[in-house]
Amino acid sequence: MSAAATTATSATAAGRNGDVLVHIEGLKVHFPITSGVVVQRKVGAVRAVDGLSFDVLRGETLGLVGESGCGKSTTGRAILQLEKLTGGHVLYEGADLARLRGGALRRQRRRMQMIFQDPYASLNGRMTLGRIVGEPLLVHKLRPRNEREGRVKELLKLVGINPNTINRYPHEFSGGQRQRIGIARALAVEPNFIVCDEPISALDVSIRAQIINLLQELQRTFGLTYLFIAHDLSVVRHISDRVAVMYLGRIVELAVNHELYEEPLHPYTQALLSAVPIPDPAVEERRRPVVLAGDVPSPASPPPGCHFHTRCPAAQEGLCDVDDPALREIRPGHLVACHLVTETDYPRIRSAEERAATVGAAGVDAPEGGAS
Amino acid sequence: MSPGKPPDEFVPGIATDLDPEGLPKPPDDRALGTTSDLEEPAQEPGGPTTDDFEAGDGDPAGSVEPEFEVALAGEGHSAAMQAESEIIGAEAYGEWLPEAEVIQARGTWTEVWRRFRKDKFAVGGLVIIVLLVVVAVFAPWIAPHNPLTQYDSGLSAKGQPLPPSSHFWLGTDLLGRDLLSRLIYGARVSLVIGILANGFALFLGVIFGILAGYFRGGLETFIMRATDVMLAFPIFLLAIALSSSISHPGIWVLVVVIGIVYWAPMTRVIHGEVLSIREKEFVTAARLTGCTNRRILTNHILPHLVAPIIVYTSLGIATTVLLEASLSYIGLGVQPPTPSWGQMIADGQQYYTSAIWLTLFPGLCIMITVLAFNLVGDGLRDAFDPQQRRR
Amino acid sequence: MSGDGDSLLKVTDLAVTFDSQEGVVRAVGGVSFAIEQGETVGLVGESGCGKSISALAILGLVRMMSNSSISGTVEFMGRDLLSLPESQVRSVRGRDMAMIFQDPVTSLNPVLSIERQMTEGIENHLGVSHSEAVKRSIELLETVGIPKAAERIRDYPHQFSGGMRQRVMIAIALSCNPKLLLADEPTTALDVTIQAQILRLMKQLSRDYGAAIMLITHDLGVVAGMTERILVMYAGRIVEAAPAKQLFAEPHHPYTIGLLRSVPRLDEPRKLTLQSIEGVPPDLAHLPPGCAFAPRCLLRTEECRNESPELVPTTPGRLSACFHSDRLVKTAVA
Repeated sequence: MSAAATTATSATAAGRNGDVLVHIEGLKVHFPITSGVVVQRKVGAVRAVDGLSFDVLRGETLGLVGESGCGKSTTGRAILQLEKLTGGHVLYEGADLARLRGGALRRQRRRMQMIFQDPYASLNGRMTLGRIVGEPLLVHKLRPRNEREGRVKELLKLVGINPNTINRYPHEFSGGQRQRIGIARALAVEPNFIVCDEPISALDVSIRAQIINLLQELQRTFGLTYLFIAHDLSVVRHISDRVAVMYLGRIVELAVNHELYEEPLHPYTQALLSAVPIPDPAVEERRRPVVLAGDVPSPASPPPGCHFHTRCPAAQEGLCDVDDPALREIRPGHLVACHLVTETDYPRIRSAEERAATVGAAGVDAPEGGAS
Repeated sequence: MSPGKPPDEFVPGIATDLDPEGLPKPPDDRALGTTSDLEEPAQEPGGPTTDDFEAGDGDPAGSVEPEFEVALAGEGHSAAMQAESEIIGAEAYGEWLPEAEVIQARGTWTEVWRRFRKDKFAVGGLVIIVLLVVVAVFAPWIAPHNPLTQYDSGLSAKGQPLPPSSHFWLGTDLLGRDLLSRLIYGARVSLVIGILANGFALFLGVIFGILAGYFRGGLETFIMRATDVMLAFPIFLLAIALSSSISHPGIWVLVVVIGIVYWAPMTRVIHGEVLSIREKEFVTAARLTGCTNRRILTNHILPHLVAPIIVYTSLGIATTVLLEASLSYIGLGVQPPTPSWGQMIADGQQYYTSAIWLTLFPGLCIMITVLAFNLVGDGLRDAFDPQQRRR
Repeated sequence: MSGDGDSLLKVTDLAVTFDSQEGVVRAVGGVSFAIEQGETVGLVGESGCGKSISALAILGLVRMMSNSSISGTVEFMGRDLLSLPESQVRSVRGRDMAMIFQDPVTSLNPVLSIERQMTEGIENHLGVSHSEAVKRSIELLETVGIPKAAERIRDYPHQFSGGMRQRVMIAIALSCNPKLLLADEPTTALDVTIQAQILRLMKQLSRDYGAAIMLITHDLGVVAGMTERILVMYAGRIVEAAPAKQLFAEPHHPYTIGLLRSVPRLDEPRKLTLQSIEGVPPDLAHLPPGCAFAPRCLLRTEECRNESPELVPTTPGRLSACFHSDRLVKTAVA
C-alpha cells in the first residue's frame, strides 16, 4: 500500500492511545492460476487479498465484514500464517511472523488461535473431548500429566459443556455444543488473540446468540483480542469495537463501530447496510434500499482503478475507473478508500428515508445532503 | 419495534434489555458464572484459571415479575438451578426428556459393528472367511488324507482320477491324491499369500500415499507419476514377467512379486484419502495448536486412514488371492507338489469333460473366497460410510 | 385465515414421518394452514423444524422418499394432491405449482444448457412448439434481469454466477404461469447485496404474475420485508400464525419471542448481551411428551410437560400453540 496508508494506520494507533497487538502492512495473498499439461505455467492470479494495512488493538474486537470473495477469510488465515503471504508483513507485538520457522513459530502459536466456521469439520471425530481439548496442553507442556484432566474439565465448564462428558465423541453433540468445544480448545493454550472465522454462520439462529454471548463473556474475563470475520452485519455491529469493510481484497472503510453504522462514508458500505433486511415489517415498509446492479467481479480480474467502480452509483468516469483510491484517514479514526470522500462531504447513496430507518442508537442524524 | 417504546440505553455496567413483553429476564447475562457487574476489569491476559469460574450465582428474582415467579418457583426451579442448567447444558433437560435422549458414550467401533451386522451378505461373507481361516489353520487335523500322498487306490483301473466317493469325498486328481485334502491345504496357500502380499502392498501404499498426499510438492509429483507408470502396466503381465525371471518361486517370492505389482492402486487410494483428510479443518486446527507434522500424522491423519485401510485390505485380499491363483494356473506361482487352487485347475484342465470335479471344486473355492472378501469389504465400506453417521 | 372454500392451497393435518435407525422421526406432526390467491406467506423456523419437508410434501415429492409415511390432505385448487396418482400430480407440479430451491449450484442440471432446462417444462406443460418455447424462455430471462438473454440462453449453469443462477431458477419456476410458488431458502446461499436484488425481483414478479408465494426461511429479516402473513414452525409443528406486522410487534408464543430477541437489529441500539434461547432444538426421533419447546421455555409449567398445546386463536386472525399465550397478549381485541 502507499505510504499514505501506512502513515494513516500508525497515526490512528498513536492517536488512540491504544496498544497495537497485531500490525498488518501491505498484506497480499495471491493464488496463482496455472495452466499447462507437462509444465505448469502461471497464467494469472486470484488476488484474494490485495494490499491490506490495518492494526488490531489489544483488547478490542475488530470486525471484518464483506461479501463472498472479498478475501476476509483469507486475511484471517494469512495473519495466522496458515496461508503463504505473497507480499506484506504481519507483526505480532512487533515480531514479524513470516520470518519464524519451526519451533519458534510453534511457540508463537500459543499467542493466537482460531475459531472455525464449520463445527462439524473442525473437531477430529476420532478423538474424545478430553483429547481434543487436551492436545494443546500436551503440545505446549502446559500442565503436568496428573493435572491435565482437571484442566480440561475446567475449560469445558468455562464454555458451558458438562465436564463429565469428557470421554464422549464429537458426533454426540450438537452444532452449537461442538462450537463451544472448539472454543475450549482455542482457550487451552491461553492465547491473547483469536481470529473468529464466521463462528456462527453454520449454527441455528436460536443458538447463535448463545455463542456470541459466550465469546463476549470470555473476552471480558480474559482480556482477549478478537478479529471477528463475518458477513452478517447486524452481528458484527453487536460485537465489534471497530469495523473494517472489505471488497475484492481491499479495505474500503474502517471506523469505530457507531461511526460506521450511523454514518458510513464509502458507497459500498452504504449499499451493504442498505441491503441488510431488518426483522420488522413496519421498518422494512419505510425503507427504500439501495440495490446494487450486477455481480461481484472475479478476484482473478479485478476492474482497473477503484475495484468498486463497476457497481458504484456515484462512480465518476475518468477518475474512478483509472485511479486506485488509497485508504485515507478522513476523520480521526475513520479511514475510507474513495476518491469522492472528503472531510466535509461524501457521496450519499442512500435516500433520506433509508438513512432514517437504519440509523442507530442515540438518533444521530446524518446531515441532510441531496438525497439520491 | 413499535414507536413510542422507551429507548434502551447502551450503558456499560447496567444490565439492559427491558422486557416489553413482560417475560422474566433469563439469567443469560451471568450464565458463565461471573457476576453481573460487567464493568469488572479484564483479567491480565494470562489465560483462564480455576478462580475465574464460580458456580452460577446471582439472583434474578428482583427482576422477575411476581406472577412469573410463582410459575418458576412452583416448579422447584430456583434461579440458581437455571444458571446451573445453562452451564451444564443438555444434562439438566434430562428430566424433561424421554429416557432415550440420554446419550450413551458409544465408541465408533460399536457403531460400525452394528451397521455391519445389518448387512446379511457382509455377515455371510465374514462367516465364510472365518471358516476358511479355521480350515487353513487346522488343516493337518481336518484333512482326511495327506495331500501329497499318491494313492494307488486313488486311481481307477485305467489310471484315471476317481470321482467323489465315500473314501475320497471329493474325488482324486491325476496322481491319485485326495482332492479334498489338497483343497484344504490349498486354502492355506491362498490365504497366506493373499494376506501377506496384500499386507506388503498396503505397507508400501500407505508409506508412499502419505508421503505424497501430506507433504505434496515435488515429492508428490514424483511418487504419483511413478504410480501412474506402474498402473499403466497390466498387473498380470507384470507378475508373469517378474515371476518367470526367478528360477524357483517360493511362497515368499510370490508375496513380494504380488506386493510389488499391487502397490500402485493402494498408493493411489491412500493418497486420495490423505489429500481429503489433510484439508479438513481439524487438521488446520491441529497445526494452529502447534502440533508437529509427526503428531498430526499419528493423531489426526492415521486414525482416519484406518477405515479405508481396512476396507481396501479386504477388497485387496480378494484381488491378491485371484492373482496368486492366476499365477499358479500358468505355472509361475506355487510349484508342485505344494497344492494351490490355481495349479489344481491347470492340472485338471484336460479332464474338463471327463473328470469335472478336478476343475469344479478348486474353481468354486476360489470363487467363494474372492466373493466372501468382496462382500466383507463392501459391507465394511458401507458400515464406515460417514454419510450414514448420525449428526 | 383458513376455512374459505376457495383458498388456493389448503393443508389439513399434514404429517410426515420417516423410519430411521434411531426410531421413527416425526418430521412434520400435524400441520394445517391455507394460502389464498396472490398471497405471500412466510414459513419460518430453524433447521429441522420441518418447513422444507412440508414444502416437499405439498409438491408430492415425499412419497418417493424411502421409509416415509405421509398423512393428511393437501388441497390445491380444490383437489387433494396426496390422494392423486403421481401422473396427475406431475401435471400440476411445474405448471400451477413451482418450487425454487436453496442451492442454485445443485438444483440446475450442470450438463444441460439453460435452453434445454427451460423449454422442457414449457413444452410439456403448455404443449407448444420448441421454437415457441424458446421465445418464451428468452422473454422470461429478460424479465428476471439476465442481460443478453438471447445469447446466454444457450449457456450452461456453471457459466452463471450464484445470483444469476437463482434468477434462472425463478424464470424456470415462472415459465408456466404458476399460481403458487414455493421458495425454500431462495437467498440463503447468496450475498446480502445479491439477496436484496433477488427479493425485490420476487416481490415484483409476484405482483405482475399474480402468483402466491410460500417463502420458507430461517431469516426473520427476509420475511419481514417480503411476507403478509407468517407461520412459525418448531419441531414439526406450527407454533404461531399471524399477519407479519402483528407477529413482530407482539408475538404470542415464547419461541417467537426468543427468536426475535436473539437477533440483533441494525435499527436498534446495541445491547450488552443478546437474549439467547437456552438449550438445543429437540431430536425429532425422541420428542418429549408434551410441548416440544418446553425444555427451553421460560414459561414452562407442569402442564407443558405432560400435554402438547393445540394451535388455537389468541386474537382474531392469530393463532398460537401455547398454554400461556394469554399472558403474552397485550392488545385489547379490536
